[in-house]
Amino acid sequence: MAGIVGYGAYIPKYRIKSETIAEVWGEDPDRIQKGLGILEKSVPASDEDSATMSVEAARIAMKRAGIPRESIGAVYVGSESHPYAVKPTATMVAQALGTIPNLTAADLEFACKAGTAGIQICMGLAGSNMVRYGLAIGADTAQGRPGDALEYSAAAAAAAYIIGPEEESLALIEDTFSYTTDTPDFWRRPKADFPSHGGRFTGEPAYFKHVQGAFNGLMEKMDEKIDNYDYFIFHQPNAKFPRAVAKKLGVPKEKLAEGMLCPIIGNTYSANAPLALANVLDHAKAGERIFVTSFGSGAGSDAFSIKVTDKIEEKRRNGYPLSHFIENKEYITYAIYAKLRKKYKGM
Amino acid sequence: MRKVAIIGVGMTKFGENWDESFRGMVTEAGVKAIQDANIKGDEISAGYLGTMASGSLVGQEHAGALIADYMGLNPVPITRVEGACASGSIALRQGVLAVASGLHDIVVVGGVEKMTDLDTAAVSQILGGAGDQEWELFMGATFPGLYAMMARRHMYEYGTTEEMLASVAVKNHSNGVNNKHAQFQREITLEQALNSKMVADPLRIMDCSPITDGAAALVLAPLDSATSYNEKPIEVVASEQTSGTLALHDRESLTSIKAAKIAGQRAYNYAGISPSDIDIAEVHDCFTIAEIIATEDLGFFAPGEGGRAALEGKTRIGGEVAVNTSGGLKSTGHPVGATGVKQACEVAWQLRGDAAERQVKDISYGLTHNVGGSGATAVVNIFQRGY
Amino acid sequence: MKESISLTWRRIPERYKMYGSKCQTCSSTYFPPRSLCPKCRRKGKMEPFEFSGNGKVYSFTEIHAPPSGFEEQVPYVIAVVELDEGSRCTGQIVDAEGKDVKIGDHVEGVFRKILSDDPEGPIHYGFKFRLKK
Repeated sequence: MAGIVGYGAYIPKYRIKSETIAEVWGEDPDRIQKGLGILEKSVPASDEDSATMSVEAARIAMKRAGIPRESIGAVYVGSESHPYAVKPTATMVAQALGTIPNLTAADLEFACKAGTAGIQICMGLAGSNMVRYGLAIGADTAQGRPGDALEYSAAAAAAAYIIGPEEESLALIEDTFSYTTDTPDFWRRPKADFPSHGGRFTGEPAYFKHVQGAFNGLMEKMDEKIDNYDYFIFHQPNAKFPRAVAKKLGVPKEKLAEGMLCPIIGNTYSANAPLALANVLDHAKAGERIFVTSFGSGAGSDAFSIKVTDKIEEKRRNGYPLSHFIENKEYITYAIYAKLRKKYKGM
Repeated sequence: MRKVAIIGVGMTKFGENWDESFRGMVTEAGVKAIQDANIKGDEISAGYLGTMASGSLVGQEHAGALIADYMGLNPVPITRVEGACASGSIALRQGVLAVASGLHDIVVVGGVEKMTDLDTAAVSQILGGAGDQEWELFMGATFPGLYAMMARRHMYEYGTTEEMLASVAVKNHSNGVNNKHAQFQREITLEQALNSKMVADPLRIMDCSPITDGAAALVLAPLDSATSYNEKPIEVVASEQTSGTLALHDRESLTSIKAAKIAGQRAYNYAGISPSDIDIAEVHDCFTIAEIIATEDLGFFAPGEGGRAALEGKTRIGGEVAVNTSGGLKSTGHPVGATGVKQACEVAWQLRGDAAERQVKDISYGLTHNVGGSGATAVVNIFQRGY
Repeated sequence: MKESISLTWRRIPERYKMYGSKCQTCSSTYFPPRSLCPKCRRKGKMEPFEFSGNGKVYSFTEIHAPPSGFEEQVPYVIAVVELDEGSRCTGQIVDAEGKDVKIGDHVEGVFRKILSDDPEGPIHYGFKFRLKK
């Protein structure tokens, strides 16, 4: 088995409050905040994209891993907002980290779970000794159609994981399990600016079915039970869904607390579960166990069982904790938000 | 080496010359200078033309040949020279060298820029080429931005204020009122300058020279035969050109332009005079801070004192040294390649006593100070009467 | 502003990772890199040298009148930064307004888009700076 040798996460500085967006569309801010459970979300600066955020997160991960940069054998960047339609983000990241040229690199896309898909690929490569270390990143600058419910949630962040040998790991990935079907709950066609979604259809047949499928699959495969885990992370398209699925599965809501970033950051798509995991790792103690279940529309879920090792303390000391980016924020108006997200005609 | 004199000067109106072309403006200025010099075209044996960016601004390279052709001077060799905003002074210096060496007797010198055929953003970008394209402009720096960083540093090190910067603009506009060639023949107040639009903090639009069309020309001859053409020749006593780092970030100091300081010192040495001997100076005030730094680099005031001196009126006509009697780049306008030649025209008019309402009394020496980019090229010339 | 593909490509190592140069004769460091040490000239020996991106603000301005390609970023802060390893360079300070910046402030390097104005052209990336909190 492989483990996490280094991790890092990045959130842009700007935030927009749900009430600011609600005001523009004549919505009741209380209803939005209670309904989606999102108070505010992150907004990228005009010069940020999935590539730049990936580099910021990966630089922190490299610092924590403390490994020679030439030893990275694979880079995968998962995103639904790659800067180019054709031209890899992963090569830019590899170049900016100085890990070039002796490595493999590729971009991944699977709605909100391309980040965890990258972690699984790196587990395979590192676990089989094809590479010593693999770098998996989930990053997105997600866009929601103006006025759509997604506008309150679609946010920006990146989280990076260096996967390598068990003995160097700050956390072991004990096992993983995935659950995948073809379910068109959310999509974006090539020339469309904004995604479309199935409204209430995104719930039961999509999110809940796949998250439960992966969760139960891994629990059964490992013959494990909820009591043996200290933290649970479920993909957070809003704050309501993860709480609802936890309740259905019998997970105590206290065990969700450290990973619940959606209310203050929004849905960071490919960075969603990886970002939550980074925050948990920032707080976890050696020996604690974490159960992560991601979800990507289209649809699929990846579940991971993770056990923190005694290397956590010394490794996480290097590089900014996620709280640095959570706390360093600046609120913007809807007009500035529209400028930063290039929603004005003629830009 | 022979001594060299200016025997003819001429320039177009500076401004938004919508109906004038690049070649038309050079021809107009050239004809005026040749008339002023009382020479026949056949006597001209060489020419030098300063233009920074004719290729980018009007799509015309090979500008030397174009002007030889349109001035009817073929087969006289006209050489284009380029040193960003100092192109005009370099053309003058090349002309001086050609006459001084004895290779040529009568040499014409021109400077020109046609800048209003493109929009402002495009012109800013082209002018940006005077800095380091790959490491300054690419990063989003602009020329006002580079000079703003010099201003910020000057404020930080010496306590220079926005009022001091603005006082330079007020003084130059006041001088420009009496210059019929100036782009802006109007006064501005300190309040207007201080409340004008911010361009690159702390520089406002009234701290910046404008985008201008214009041309200026000179005729040079050996001093010993100069009076046979013009009864009031102006001797070029010294002409020094220096280089500095292209990028601002590579300078040891941002509060002085080292290349200009050295050019000034060399010019004083060559002329055998000191800064206190200079009565009038046309300095490169592409931005107000640039004039403040120029008056320090040229030794008129101690480092850090240039701003205070401007505010106290020491650089006005009638002050310790009359700086930019023409109105400077700020009020006369700054067609980049023409500026250095225009500066020499103004000093010649002043020394001859032909500067009308802006005439400075009792002048012995006049100086021009012309800077390319943020200070990578500098030319300082010193002039006196040659009669 | 348009920059050719090959020019952009040539500068990628320096712009992405701040690779500069160091003269082995006089120990001077240079960023942007130079192939000839201007102090030692032919006696110098230049070797590649990697800068950390950490430094201090030497001077700065807030740009309000942008050149082509930077319109949507206005206003933005640009600075001359004194790098910790020696040498100074020009770069933007991100996530800040002019009023937030002071001469002497500590900064760290970040990776950002420099220019992406042409919707069909390449996106130019490189280093910028962020105030250290």
